Amino acid sequence: MKKKKKLLTFPSIIVLTVFAILPLIIMLVYSFQSDSGSSGVTLENYTNFFLKSVYLKLTYRTIINSLAVTIISLIISYPLAYFMAKKFKGLKNIVMILILIPFFTNQLVRVYSWLIFLQDGGVLNSFLQSVGLIEGSLGILFTQGAVVIGLVHAFFPYMVITIYLALERVDNSLLEASSSLGASKVRTFFQVVLPLSMPGVVTGIMIVFVPCLGTFVEPRILGGVNGTVIGTVIEDQFFEIYGWNFGAAIAFVLFAMVIISMTGLSRIGRRYDNE
Amino acid sequence: MANIKLENLTKRFGENTVVDRVNIEIPNGTLVSILGPSGCGKTTLLRMIAGFETPDEGSIFFDQDSVVNVPANKRNIGMVFQSYALFPHMTVEENVAYGLQQRKLSKEEIDARVKQVIDTVHMKEFQKRKPKQLSGGQQQRVALARALAISPRLLLLDECLSALDKKLRVEMQTELRKILEESKVTTFFVTHDQEEAMTLSDFIVVMNKGIIEQMGTPLEVYEKPKNKFVASFLGKANFFQSEDGTSFAVRPEKIHLSAEEQAGARQEGVITFITYSGNITSYTIECDGEAVLCEKQNVQIRENLKKGQKVFLRWDKDSEIELADE
Ligand SMILES: Nc1ncnc2c1ncn2[C@@H]1O[C@H](COP(=O)(O)OP(=O)(O)OP(=O)(O)O)[C@@H](O)[C@H]1O
Ligand SMILES: [Mg+2]
Repeated sequence: MKKKKKLLTFPSIIVLTVFAILPLIIMLVYSFQSDSGSSGVTLENYTNFFLKSVYLKLTYRTIINSLAVTIISLIISYPLAYFMAKKFKGLKNIVMILILIPFFTNQLVRVYSWLIFLQDGGVLNSFLQSVGLIEGSLGILFTQGAVVIGLVHAFFPYMVITIYLALERVDNSLLEASSSLGASKVRTFFQVVLPLSMPGVVTGIMIVFVPCLGTFVEPRILGGVNGTVIGTVIEDQFFEIYGWNFGAAIAFVLFAMVIISMTGLSRIGRRYDNE
Repeated sequence: MANIKLENLTKRFGENTVVDRVNIEIPNGTLVSILGPSGCGKTTLLRMIAGFETPDEGSIFFDQDSVVNVPANKRNIGMVFQSYALFPHMTVEENVAYGLQQRKLSKEEIDARVKQVIDTVHMKEFQKRKPKQLSGGQQQRVALARALAISPRLLLLDECLSALDKKLRVEMQTELRKILEESKVTTFFVTHDQEEAMTLSDFIVVMNKGIIEQMGTPLEVYEKPKNKFVASFLGKANFFQSEDGTSFAVRPEKIHLSAEEQAGARQEGVITFITYSGNITSYTIECDGEAVLCEKQNVQIRENLKKGQKVFLRWDKDSEIELADE
């Protein structure tokens, strides 16, 4: 029986090795070679990255951007998920479909829609002008703000779903128990609902923050020259500059950031695990 | 603790009247079972008392105060849910302390009370555990402790024993009775298990389709059921017509069987079925095409009655329960 099970896992192990681990190893090897052509193992790509303040600044900006996206997503997602799970049960399906639309939209279509919407003289600009909120041009496109808007739109649905699922599992009888024990609605929320939904919140944070670290499409299109983040640098290294070795090294720095944040978050997540 | 009075309490869900003009008055410190078939409105009645549902008509009084407009969290009612509804992220202690923390009490007062209530339900050695690490019976005790901790004016228990297996349930029934008698709290206990209702309560309220069929002590309700529904829902009953057309019921254990013709025999029939269940033996006897159930205490092993045998049935006049017309 045990042997058979082991045999059955074999194909998946091969697939994993070929498609995930092997490329990683190749990248790792690349990252220790020089772009200048000299052969042999070198740390120059990594020292380059860590010694040049421009890359550290970019790393910082990437983290700040991702944090901003995560926090804004959380602010939007939690109330939305809460009302879907606990208040407007009837509207739940409609809201869910509306939220899921970005899922099914092609990334480029979605991003270019924002481009058109946010650009100077675009829809938002004209609207704000017509209601008299601003004069002249909006000037939001090609800033970090535009990037964050685009990323929030792309990622918050994931967070709504993880939080919604966690809230759905909070049994209404718990809320009634809390109320019968004398707790007000607000206290019930902070002492019962919120702690019990934390696993969903933590998963949501992970599911938004981690992929945000590596994005390059939104930063490039909505951020323009101001949008440079680690993701765009890596992309440039591979497709524009052909500095594959340096690119691989940055990718590994990013990879380390991903691993660190995932471990940290799942640590926090485990604290709320009651299973 | 309080005197509870329900006056014309009514609840409708759409067209459906789920609780229909219920009137109950319960003296301080009594334990009342609400007994009835599934879907008869027991939970709905309890939820109105607790403040989770608003009645469409009628009022609820705790002593002299109408509480219909008081929100659930201000009613000071202890509730034990069928699912227990323990807070999964809190330990036993924290669960029990929860209600006390909502009140203006010092930490010392809270700790002392928590300790006292946990001792009452014998959960001291489990107080640091989370609900998931407890058995059903233990969770049950915690739920009870949590509800009792706030010294409620009224305790509501909704089928809180039905998830336990038979043996544990009987144990918990006795223990519950003991705890409730000690704490002297007025209690509504919902169940659809008639034995449980009999064992636990001072009064039984028999509900059916949203109305109260009868209310009384277990003895009254069992010995003097008002109608066919109560007679058959609480215990077993045989129904007969008398000459003048009124109907009456006789409990199976009140029927005497004999193989020989005897003076005063009311019916005769043939034994079609015998079930031996240790303390009693049940006989099903066919009399004029009607099945009559008769139960005998097995004081000594009786072998004299056999399946297919002709028997004579007799009962005392005062074993006949007159039933109100349906
Ligand atoms: N929120 C609700 N909306 C509509 N109908 C409801 C609602 N709650 C209960 N009902 C209906 O009211 C009736 C009584 O329900 P209730 O839960 O009070 O029964 P019960 O006596 O507690 O039954 P059980 O023994 O199965 O728990 C049922 O027919 C049920 O379908
Ligand atoms: Mg019920």
